[in-house]
Amino acid sequence: MRLIGFGFRRHATYWAAAAAGAFTNTVFGILRAYVLIALWQARPGLGGYGVVEAVTFCFLTQSYIGPMQVFGGGLDLPQRIRTGDVALDLVRPASLQLWSLSEDLGRAAYLFVARSVPPTLVGALLFGIVLPAGLATWAAFMVSFVLGVVVSFGWRYLVALATCWVIDDRGLSVLSMILTTFFSGLMLPLVIFPGWLGTLARALPWAAMVQVPADVYLGKTPVAGSLAFQAFWAAVLLGAGALATAAARRKVVIQGG
Amino acid sequence: MIEVDRLGRTFKVRGTVVHAVRDLSFAVEAGEFVGYLGPNGAGKSTTIKMLTGILAPTSGRLRVAGLDPSRRRTALARKIGVVFGQRTTLWWDLPLKDSFELVRLLYKVDRAVFRRRLDELCSLLDLGDFLTTPVRQLSLGQRMRGDITAALLHDPPILVLDEPTIGLDLVSKAGVRDFLRRLNAEHGTTILLTTHDLGDIEQLCRRVMLIDHGRLAFDGTVAGLRAIVPGEASIEEAVTHLYLSSRRSPRTPPHRPAPDPPSVTA
Amino acid sequence: MVRTYLLLVWAWTRAAAQYPVSFALMTVGGFVTSGLDIAVIWVIFTNTTSLGGFDLSEVMFLYGTAALSFALADLLFSNVERISQHIRAGTFDVILIRPVSPFVQIATERFVPHRIGKVIQGAAVLVFALARLDVPLERGWMIPVMVASGTVIFTALWALGGAAQFLLTNAPEVANAFTYGGATLTQYPLSVYGGELVRGVTYVLPLAFVNWQPGLYVLDRDDPLGLPYWLRFLSPVAAAAMALVAVLAWRAGVRHYRSTGS
Repeated sequence: MRLIGFGFRRHATYWAAAAAGAFTNTVFGILRAYVLIALWQARPGLGGYGVVEAVTFCFLTQSYIGPMQVFGGGLDLPQRIRTGDVALDLVRPASLQLWSLSEDLGRAAYLFVARSVPPTLVGALLFGIVLPAGLATWAAFMVSFVLGVVVSFGWRYLVALATCWVIDDRGLSVLSMILTTFFSGLMLPLVIFPGWLGTLARALPWAAMVQVPADVYLGKTPVAGSLAFQAFWAAVLLGAGALATAAARRKVVIQGG
Repeated sequence: MIEVDRLGRTFKVRGTVVHAVRDLSFAVEAGEFVGYLGPNGAGKSTTIKMLTGILAPTSGRLRVAGLDPSRRRTALARKIGVVFGQRTTLWWDLPLKDSFELVRLLYKVDRAVFRRRLDELCSLLDLGDFLTTPVRQLSLGQRMRGDITAALLHDPPILVLDEPTIGLDLVSKAGVRDFLRRLNAEHGTTILLTTHDLGDIEQLCRRVMLIDHGRLAFDGTVAGLRAIVPGEASIEEAVTHLYLSSRRSPRTPPHRPAPDPPSVTA
Repeated sequence: MVRTYLLLVWAWTRAAAQYPVSFALMTVGGFVTSGLDIAVIWVIFTNTTSLGGFDLSEVMFLYGTAALSFALADLLFSNVERISQHIRAGTFDVILIRPVSPFVQIATERFVPHRIGKVIQGAAVLVFALARLDVPLERGWMIPVMVASGTVIFTALWALGGAAQFLLTNAPEVANAFTYGGATLTQYPLSVYGGELVRGVTYVLPLAFVNWQPGLYVLDRDDPLGLPYWLRFLSPVAAAAMALVAVLAWRAGVRHYRSTGS
């Protein structure tokens, strides 16, 4: 918990960057909202959303970019691996993975305030958005949001740790960004992806980061099943992360890098 | 070569006006080797930035190689070489020789002249072993030699160095000092050097200027600097004395002890 | 200045070519990343036959011209977005002690030729759209004009974003809203956006001249907003005006840096 607070305060010093990010997310939210409105005017009720719900979806997903780090990054790990400092982290008694997770949750909490609230408010003012149906939906959404951050962390942690084995990690982060932006629902709601592509996209872990929390907010999906889906992917990714951490410790500490 | 006349520079820091440099006057003749001393925050870097055209002065007059740096920045750039000890002018991810090639293009140095000059500098500074090494893999001493080479490829008559020996080990430091001494003596390059290392001053400079609180606190020879403190004072003692006394009364006029104008190089 | 620019670009390209595998992978990466945009358009058109009154071929034409212009500006000049890094690290001082314009130095620094992947992608979409559209030559002459004007407009936008960073050193991402935002805006027919937004990008920040106004001419379509017909021919004028404003802003930015030292 103290670590979460530390992560929060550490990122709060970059308020100007966060404000700039919120501004950019808002501008993109407005542009995307217009495209979705045009699409839903041509196809009312597409994917089970009304126009206002589609606009809400758009601003929600823009507001996730900061906390969920949809474009990747957010962790110090690749930098520490490149400089070799990671050896110090790996010999600490605390688990590197849990340590990073708490700091990442603190970062996400700060960015939720700084980068999620402004675009959503602007979207509400300019276009009007729907609010969750009731207190139960609000609660379910908050749980789903946190699970989304954990899934996002689980994925980014794996990508970051891969720097131990991959020589050029830039290619890997580009690949991660492509997969995350397209398959999370950030660019378009996954519910309008056609046929097998849609089925596949909705089953992959990236859906747990953006599409599922947004659907829980809109009340478009059974809550228990959605949270179970997110928890499943969180467990899988964190488990893989734990295995990768152990492998990294063997590689870095025992073989000496 | 350098004429500074009642130069002043103020900054606004959170609403209050700070005088980084005030009423600074001095002149440096061609071929001189001048050390520029001062405690942290005294105005050394601000002066260097104004001399090189990075920063415009707020008052006073300035001429470097006959040019006004704030108006003729690019013309001046061809006549002056600058070395920053704290940050490199080279490109981290490129091999040293590629960095030099880029410098050649930036300064439009003729290819044949460039090759001759690079060969000469390479042998003087002993760069041969790491010309193909990316800059980020160089040791600090190697990087500094690379930086000095880059600053001299266009053969400038003036060389300004901002803390060139900072962080260097004894051998690297000796190598850099030896090179600068020869450059000044054999090539006649006018050199202005800032440093915290008084060894640089004792071994290299005939003339010392000391700035504190944005004003010139001393301008004269190294011997003259020692003579400030009675007895057999070391240069450290003299400099410490000046720093402390200017702190007590920051409005004292500059010490100009001996009528001993710094001689031009033989 | 052009000569220095080209020489520096060539030097950096040779440096990048020393790592051919990385170069090839990044080129493919650029191609695929920008291909995502077209995947989005494809998904949209699996759900509808027209967006904002334009069919798939027309939208691909508008996308292709905008993407090609943006990719060319991105390839040649987008590195100026790194100016705030130089200011924060103090290395802008190093740039100022050299006898070449800071804009040319920053634009060429670490010139990454793999951005050519994006150029190829934009050009491929444009060729594909033209193959389906059957544009007659008496209107087709506008296509190179609009791509050139669009490249200048986007370049000016990068320069304006760079100039703004002299003031917003800690928040360089603000510029992204205009550069990448401009790229996203022009990927779709402007008829999907609200009337005020379209008037704004016609009369204030002339993004409508990248591909929308000249595109209406090439596609021989009426302006859904009913704006004057002659606007369709003004792209070069808009580009020149943007370039002038960008040059003045950039100079003001450098002057600001040299008068405040930060």
